[in-house]
Amino acid sequence: MAARPDSEDIAMDDAPTSHQPEVKDDAMVDDEGLDVDENENGNEYDEEEEEEEVQRIKLLPGSTETAASFEFTNEGHTLGNALRYFIMRNPDVEFCGHAIPHPSEPKMNVRIQTFEGTTAIEALEKGLRDIQELCDVVTDKFVAAATDFDKKKAATA
Amino acid sequence: MPHKPPTQEELEKRKIVGINLETVTDVSSSDFPGHYPGEDHAWDIERFKQGFSVEFHQNDPHEASFSLIGIHASIANAFRRIMIADVPTLAIETVFININTSVIQDEVLAHRLGLIPFTGGREGLTEFIKWFKKPAEGEEPNLKDFNTVELALNVKCEHNENADPNETDPTKLYHHAHVYAKDIVFRPIGRQVDHFSGENTIRPVNPDILIAKLRPGQEINLTMHMHKGVGSDHAKFSPVATASYRLMPTITITEPILGRDAEKFQKCFPKGVIGLEKVTAKEAAQKGSGYEGHEGELKAVVVDPKSDTVSREALRHEEFKDKVKLGRRRDHFIFLVESTGQWKSDAIFVESVAHLKMKAKSLEKQLVNMVR
Repeated sequence: MAARPDSEDIAMDDAPTSHQPEVKDDAMVDDEGLDVDENENGNEYDEEEEEEEVQRIKLLPGSTETAASFEFTNEGHTLGNALRYFIMRNPDVEFCGHAIPHPSEPKMNVRIQTFEGTTAIEALEKGLRDIQELCDVVTDKFVAAATDFDKKKAATA
Repeated sequence: MPHKPPTQEELEKRKIVGINLETVTDVSSSDFPGHYPGEDHAWDIERFKQGFSVEFHQNDPHEASFSLIGIHASIANAFRRIMIADVPTLAIETVFININTSVIQDEVLAHRLGLIPFTGGREGLTEFIKWFKKPAEGEEPNLKDFNTVELALNVKCEHNENADPNETDPTKLYHHAHVYAKDIVFRPIGRQVDHFSGENTIRPVNPDILIAKLRPGQEINLTMHMHKGVGSDHAKFSPVATASYRLMPTITITEPILGRDAEKFQKCFPKGVIGLEKVTAKEAAQKGSGYEGHEGELKAVVVDPKSDTVSREALRHEEFKDKVKLGRRRDHFIFLVESTGQWKSDAIFVESVAHLKMKAKSLEKQLVNMVR
């Protein structure tokens, strides 16, 4: 299994990789870089525990039940515009918009205002669920169309 | 006043972006709740399922073209953006240069190597190879068989003793005068042997990419580490050369265009877009059709609007004034996906859809966490 032995190569790894004073022969070159200890059954090194996800959605100050701004970290127009479209297709929503306040900050804001009877959070949740539903439909139809096309092409070839 | 439901014709008209000589009309979609009083435009997955279709035009590993019909631009654009910037590939990330006596500088050489697209066992590349976590300052990198692929390039240029004395071609005069992508050697490590051997070997997509030129005595000797990355970090990680879409053009001939005019009309469009047909006796007999007395003459008909470039040339000519209407279908996206070779073109799109779903799913979970 793959794992880095603790002992042998430490000295070499400590050397700065950008400047290598000695010209190594081929045998040595083969030894550098990635190391594998075939004997070690190092499952504990594999597929490390996924780090606990940091909270990426924040409710911005000034938000009320029916009118709220959300701050998404590490999201951009890709999700922002698609999400905005779905939320705007919700008849209970009065307004929805998205913005990236500054291009050098990895943040995207979504503003949602709803009519009475629902909340901005619910509207956002519905929007995110709608995206997932759409993705399933698109995948199904796309894969079906692709296999169909390939089959027809194979038949004519 | 009771609301009249829109006719089929009206619904079709709403999908068209008008293209005039100098202006465009009806650019934004209007299928939002509240836009048309009395009409229900709420998002409904069943209605979407009915109206949505996919049509393939080409499906090759390196190039695929297909139409998504019945979808909004914001979603089509999300897929396009994800294909370019968020679908991961494996590329050379670190180059350890032992010897480089060529004229090309170390950093330029490293950059050139990084841009070479590689391919290999697809299952291994997508399933087995995982993300590599960049080590923090002063920390040891966590190099494992499932997150790093090692490559080597070892070439030395020498005189070819057997060359003709009058030879001037350096590739014949010397051995290894040109260093190509095919000279890069994959060094499997650990379980990589199971995933990347035989036809699944990790190798450059195009073996003939020129990396450097050498002269006798010059040598390149280096090892490389490949990691998984995304296009938003560096374009070398992008799985596509291009991923783009355009809207389906529409050409509507509102009044007959006949004879010499028809031939001229045909020349206003790319080849194959407009065809010429003879006016039938039936058409000529029909009163008010504009074909009366023109039996046997040629008329212009729209054959293949998809190939049109919407150059608007036809609109410049007086004789076609008010006889033709150009437009584009707002919900018909003709995608063109050109893979660099690591993924199959159609698989890139499937992955982009999966990525958008994954994004929405994780954010939904986060939203629940936030409320709690």
